Amino acid sequence: MSSTKEEAPAVRVLGLWASPFVIRVLIALRLKGVEHEVLEEVVGKKSELLLRSNPVHKKIPVLLHHGKPISESLIIVQYIDEVWSSNAPAVLPADPYVRAVERFWAQYIDDKFPRGIRILKGTVDGNKDEIVEQLSTALQLLEEAFLKLSNGKHYFGGDNIGYLDIALGSHVGWVRAVEKIAGVQLLDAAKVPHLVAWADRFCAHPAVMDVLPDADRFVEYSVKYGSFFPTRSSTTK
Amino acid sequence: MMKRNLTTHHSATLSAMERQEEDEDRVKLFGFWSSPYVYKVEWALRIKGIQYDYIEENLENKSDQLLEYNPVHKKVPVLIYQGKPIAESEVILEFIDEAWKHHGDRILPEDPYDRAMARFWVRFGKDTLSPPIWKWFTTQGQEQEAAYAAAVEQLQILEKELDGKRFFAGEKMGLVDLSLGPFSYIIPIYEEITGVKLIKEEKLPSLLAWMDNFLNSSIVREHLPPMDKLKLRCQAIREAFLKNTN
Repeated sequence: MSSTKEEAPAVRVLGLWASPFVIRVLIALRLKGVEHEVLEEVVGKKSELLLRSNPVHKKIPVLLHHGKPISESLIIVQYIDEVWSSNAPAVLPADPYVRAVERFWAQYIDDKFPRGIRILKGTVDGNKDEIVEQLSTALQLLEEAFLKLSNGKHYFGGDNIGYLDIALGSHVGWVRAVEKIAGVQLLDAAKVPHLVAWADRFCAHPAVMDVLPDADRFVEYSVKYGSFFPTRSSTTK
Repeated sequence: MMKRNLTTHHSATLSAMERQEEDEDRVKLFGFWSSPYVYKVEWALRIKGIQYDYIEENLENKSDQLLEYNPVHKKVPVLIYQGKPIAESEVILEFIDEAWKHHGDRILPEDPYDRAMARFWVRFGKDTLSPPIWKWFTTQGQEQEAAYAAAVEQLQILEKELDGKRFFAGEKMGLVDLSLGPFSYIIPIYEEITGVKLIKEEKLPSLLAWMDNFLNSSIVREHLPPMDKLKLRCQAIREAFLKNTN
């Protein structure tokens, strides 16, 4: 079932390249080999299509599938996995218990990292030392989780990237950027060696490399648009 | 671990190891009598007809077991399945639906788009609706008025989504109903304590009807917290918050 050139593409993503939440959606689509169109929003100005597609939160990312909107990055990733379930690899693990563990950690990641990164970026006020400690603790716990879940393989998902890889990996760009901006060390090879190695592998993965740019590009973005960010995030989790 | 055929044993002759294996297979739930998150899990287990052992925690003196099973958050509910812990109510609800896929009713819908919508409204309840309701209950004066207005705004969005349906999931309860369900008894308690009505018939008729449908459903009405005790606890919570801000 292919669309002609005149029709709107079946799968469209409303987003901003620098949003880790948007990056998650793009990784999932690329992983599944799903053709899609990306509509890049203008920073500081929300398109009519976005406002219409996500009237409740007015935030990116939004996935439009045959015109039907789906919001919230982790919800979109699960949707992609369920709709294109016959496309390998599976994003969510098969076992319900392992799924629960991955979902637990994905929630934990979104409770800690977005706010922490905003504070280290300087777009939100906060105690930077406290945040560095919080994020370091979080990364320590995730290092342990990685060892348990990966079972000696390359990713949280095992042989290939999966839900939790995407949930954490999407934040690597900004984590490395705030290391430079705030002059702190988070992905410290001395403290979380497996995560550091995992992060490099993740960023080099074919489904990831074209949508998760180097830290420097995020730093440039922060310098350019820092003042455009409202005190509450313009992106959904 | 091979499941033993228990009918070939008399329980009196089970060895200590066999008893431990049998014990490990039982579903356990660590909870607290007033926690709405615990009730969501219990209703879900009841929908699926799953037997479980309930362990009441003293949140002021948490058990070693709880701290071992949920070291990250140290909170209830924690579900123990085959000796392995699962924490966070939303995660537990989805787990229950998947682990016991063929028992009882489905908690999440089958269709991927409907599932995405159910998950969206669960998040909405947690991230967007709960905070202003909590703020309204724990503040006074202008701060309370602003929180009240924000809560009503979010409730109106929910009202639109419900749109006269019996439950958010349709004719039968589903994930969103379980997730928002505690509001059906908590909001009336808050209204009684503050003396202010949050859910008014003329503005939120579907929600008012839904609260009734939820509380009167066979699963829920057989398992609710003790209301008088809960009201006293809520009262004490409000007083503590107001005291702290003075």
